[in-house]
Amino acid sequence: MKYRYLKNVVTLELDQEKCTACGVCLTVCPQQVFSLQDDRCVIADRDACLECGACSRNCPYGAVSVRAGVGCAYGVIMGKLRKGKTSTCCAESPCCYIEVEEHKAKK
Amino acid sequence: MKQEEERVSLSCCEASCACDGEKISQDLTGAIPVAAVNINTAFTVTFPWVEGTVETSVGPVYRISTVLRWQDMVGTLKVRLGLGRTDYRIPPGLYAVGNPGPAAPILVSANYKLSFDRLRRELSGLDLFVMVVDTDGVNVWCAAGKGTFGTEEIVNRIKQTCLDRVVTHRTLILPQLSAPGVAAHAVKQRTGFSVVYGPVRAADIPPFLAAGLQATPEMRMVRFNLWDRLVLTPLELAKLLKPALFVLFVLFLINFFTLGSVTAGVLSRQTFNDFFPYLGAMLVGTVLVPALLPYIPGRAFAWKGWLAGLLWTLVYLAFTFPGPGWLFSLSHLLLLPAIASFLALNYTGSSTYTSLSGVLKEMKVALPAILTSAALGVIFFVAGLFYRPYLGI
Repeated sequence: MKYRYLKNVVTLELDQEKCTACGVCLTVCPQQVFSLQDDRCVIADRDACLECGACSRNCPYGAVSVRAGVGCAYGVIMGKLRKGKTSTCCAESPCCYIEVEEHKAKK
Repeated sequence: MKQEEERVSLSCCEASCACDGEKISQDLTGAIPVAAVNINTAFTVTFPWVEGTVETSVGPVYRISTVLRWQDMVGTLKVRLGLGRTDYRIPPGLYAVGNPGPAAPILVSANYKLSFDRLRRELSGLDLFVMVVDTDGVNVWCAAGKGTFGTEEIVNRIKQTCLDRVVTHRTLILPQLSAPGVAAHAVKQRTGFSVVYGPVRAADIPPFLAAGLQATPEMRMVRFNLWDRLVLTPLELAKLLKPALFVLFVLFLINFFTLGSVTAGVLSRQTFNDFFPYLGAMLVGTVLVPALLPYIPGRAFAWKGWLAGLLWTLVYLAFTFPGPGWLFSLSHLLLLPAIASFLALNYTGSSTYTSLSGVLKEMKVALPAILTSAALGVIFFVAGLFYRPYLGI
């Protein structure tokens, strides 16, 4: 069965102009968000996206963009509480939330 | 000594290799030897999972066992309980399984011992290399998310292990869940090695190899069944031990000062009775919600937790009716679902399908609600303490 999380929240975008339908996004996506239709990659199941960033990292043409991060409330809270210091979630290593901050700064 | 030098020079392909003198002196002083393509037999530390060595064109590498021993099982159990979890790692470098030749496939793995164990136990009967990258002892998916299992580390590790001289082909098999950290095209560009993403689960590696590096759609999906959902609960419970003891201690103090002169037995029984609803709320948030995750209505984790927590509170209140007073009942109604909701919200990190955007949105609504509800719960609890004598309850 496929789990469903919140609707209409993910930041995933696919630029059809840049896409060459190489299909690497289909391979790396653990949620089968993409599909190949008429020799084009399309976002077939956007709400299933967990924003892991595998597709955008592996797209050789920069056609996929997403604010990648880990959907972990504990990580976000710890990141906020211990700003600047390393935060604990999986193994006392710098947490995913730091990347969110960086992303905001870029914007 | 002469022999040793020979070995070193044999296994050295470039000055930048891991096998240069500097590195070896590091190995002598450091705790972990670099088990790259260059074991200097004099410094070999024996690990229970090492089964001798295998010769390659640039020197010997450790051969790893594909059988887990009881030490490995104990280790797994310990990290699942949160003991020594941050230091459960194996030295990065190149390893062999069976008797790999220059055409043998190369699997890439994280240096979290749990990940490493899961991989090697699936590899019996195969002849291949395993390149273990340094992920700070973090599992593949989390390390890829943090970027430690990333392009840079792969490129460096290829160079350090002299991989281009160990094998004649130019293909690396990476776990699919490392893709958030690794740009396959960049690795190819910088090292000449093509990255092929293998299956999500180690158990699918033998059929994946047999099919000529083809993964079925099923192999590419992340599963999240009952076992997957519950395997992390001991860890969550261990994290809860401190707050739980704190609550227990506060309740004990309250009873100690309000019950007057009673026996230790009465005091401890009363304290446990008072603690019971909180214990229930914690178990609801950490065990019941994960177990029943797909069956609890709603999508937001905090909502699922609140709902389950409310149900628990109602059951508890019904069974203890009329209880020690309406102020305490009200306190429970506000506090217990908030606790369960918060713990369920934290479970987002253990789940496999929550997005950061979703979590941020959920938190924006849930956290203020949880905090308000909990604060009111504490206020009513304190009020209940003060009103108790006057009401004669």
